[in-house]
Amino acid sequence: MTDLTRMTASELAGLVAAGDASAVEVTQAHLDRIAAVDGRINAFLHVDTDGALAAARAVDERRAAGDGLGPLAGVPVAVKDVLTTRGVPTTVGSRILEGWRPPYDATIVERLRAAGTVMLGKTNMDEFAMGSSTEYSAYGPTRNPWDTDRIPGGSGGGSAAALAAYEAPLSIGSDTGGSIRQPGAVTGTVGAKPTYGGTSRYGLVAFSSSLDTPGPCARTVLDAALLHQVIGGHDPRDSTSIPAPVPDVVAAARLGASGDLTGVKLGVVKEFTGEGAEPGVTAAFREAVDTLTKLGAEIVEVSCPHFRYALPAYYLIAPSECSSNLARFDGVRFGLRVGDDGNRSLEEVMSLTREAGFGPEVKRRIMIGTYALSSGYYDAYYGQAQKVRTLITRDFTAAFTQVDALISPTTPFVAFPLGARTSDPYQMYLADLYTIPTNLYGGPGISVPCGLSEGLPVGLQVMAPTMADDRMYRVAAALESAVGTFTPPAL
Amino acid sequence: MAAISREEVAHLARLSRLAVTEEELDTFAGQLDVILQSVAQVGEVAAADIPPTSHSVPLTNVLREDVVVPGLTPQEALSGAPDAEEQRFRVPRILDEDVAS
Repeated sequence: MTDLTRMTASELAGLVAAGDASAVEVTQAHLDRIAAVDGRINAFLHVDTDGALAAARAVDERRAAGDGLGPLAGVPVAVKDVLTTRGVPTTVGSRILEGWRPPYDATIVERLRAAGTVMLGKTNMDEFAMGSSTEYSAYGPTRNPWDTDRIPGGSGGGSAAALAAYEAPLSIGSDTGGSIRQPGAVTGTVGAKPTYGGTSRYGLVAFSSSLDTPGPCARTVLDAALLHQVIGGHDPRDSTSIPAPVPDVVAAARLGASGDLTGVKLGVVKEFTGEGAEPGVTAAFREAVDTLTKLGAEIVEVSCPHFRYALPAYYLIAPSECSSNLARFDGVRFGLRVGDDGNRSLEEVMSLTREAGFGPEVKRRIMIGTYALSSGYYDAYYGQAQKVRTLITRDFTAAFTQVDALISPTTPFVAFPLGARTSDPYQMYLADLYTIPTNLYGGPGISVPCGLSEGLPVGLQVMAPTMADDRMYRVAAALESAVGTFTPPAL
Repeated sequence: MAAISREEVAHLARLSRLAVTEEELDTFAGQLDVILQSVAQVGEVAAADIPPTSHSVPLTNVLREDVVVPGLTPQEALSGAPDAEEQRFRVPRILDEDVAS
């Protein structure tokens, strides 16, 4: 029989619906693959074998009873450990939540279950989604299936590596500054950040609430679109959720797969094509731009002058929101409590708990945020960053009067060796140079593999106007139809 | 000139309720200085007349009908608590003993 772990989600759903494979067989094949390779990859923090097989059996029973199945019924999915899962450990990659079993499901997890997908387990991530390499996980780094001495990107390195290692055909990530797209780029997989408010944040452990956006990860653009359709849409439990239907991303992906981009106008972001990117990344991107032209797209260069200030603005806004959000980890309602000897005060216990429970990057960001929000510095730092955010949004709005979507490399460099950037935090931040503007603006962005540089994957990013997520899927699917998908060497 | 001193970092750690070690203070002071000097670039942008953006979704006062919906039971809500008593979260002492007595 064909190796079920090598198939796309769309193919697997077809097999299950037709009765050519049971959901239990599909699930078991992926559990076996995880058992065989995850010791070397560390994509999973928790594998829910019993829960996955029970969910798969339920799909098979529904099919046997003649009940209708959803478009992804019986397809396994791995979920980033930033989303709460009822009764299943949720750590956010942190010691402070070690052993916590949430009493409720995130909306996205609820929708995954309702659609008949099978949750395999929870994936590794930089602690509280702060990082670009998964090296800031408290549970050890995830390794890139393309080269296990290299990083898989971050913060959602586990979700991306699980796809590239054929441990799961689909996964869920969350993108605050690039945590879906950058791991997608460096692992040769597809990662889509939906429009902010297009996917629910209910049950997503908050890092930076005005930026955090959960979204789909897959090995093909169509699979990402199918997953996007299942998880997206209005949620009354999230007050920032947009009360409008999800754009038809599946139809857009199918349209794009025809390989015809006639009539589509794309803007190359001038500020993201000069210095700063590795030569191999620039070369692969240039080649992809030629391919898009051959597919019929009209390409122009567009200047977005404030994008160069996106990184500094982000590293004021995100830490500020994080310093406030992470105040809830106080050793009272859930997770770790350290030093409660009956004599110490609440404040002392709180400080000892947070000191023991948080890793260095989280501490740095909490302190940066506390600084940027303090009186005397507020106007020059947080206040000024919010104004820069307005100017970046205006750059996008102006660009979208000229073009349908913007394109750039997803990240300036291919997967770097483990340990190469941990001693200099700011060097790590540069990994998100090209992905951050989209988060500040709130629009959608997708990374799709566009080539290799010295044997390592390079991603192309498509950025679209808010609530025009379908446009980026069309462009990404067209590029994919021309360049194909990328398979790492055997593990 | 450094953007931030070791003493200021110690103050930030106290405000952040982080009982950092002396060794961490040394490391963080240098790292936070590099980060703050870099992010200070936002000051180069002339933005005096620009309104701030706190959020990309223009929604305000999102309300729902005032109807009862199922929530967590006390047992579920307390299931992850480090310490609980009589259906409540139990915390270390909040007041000094001489104040409390």
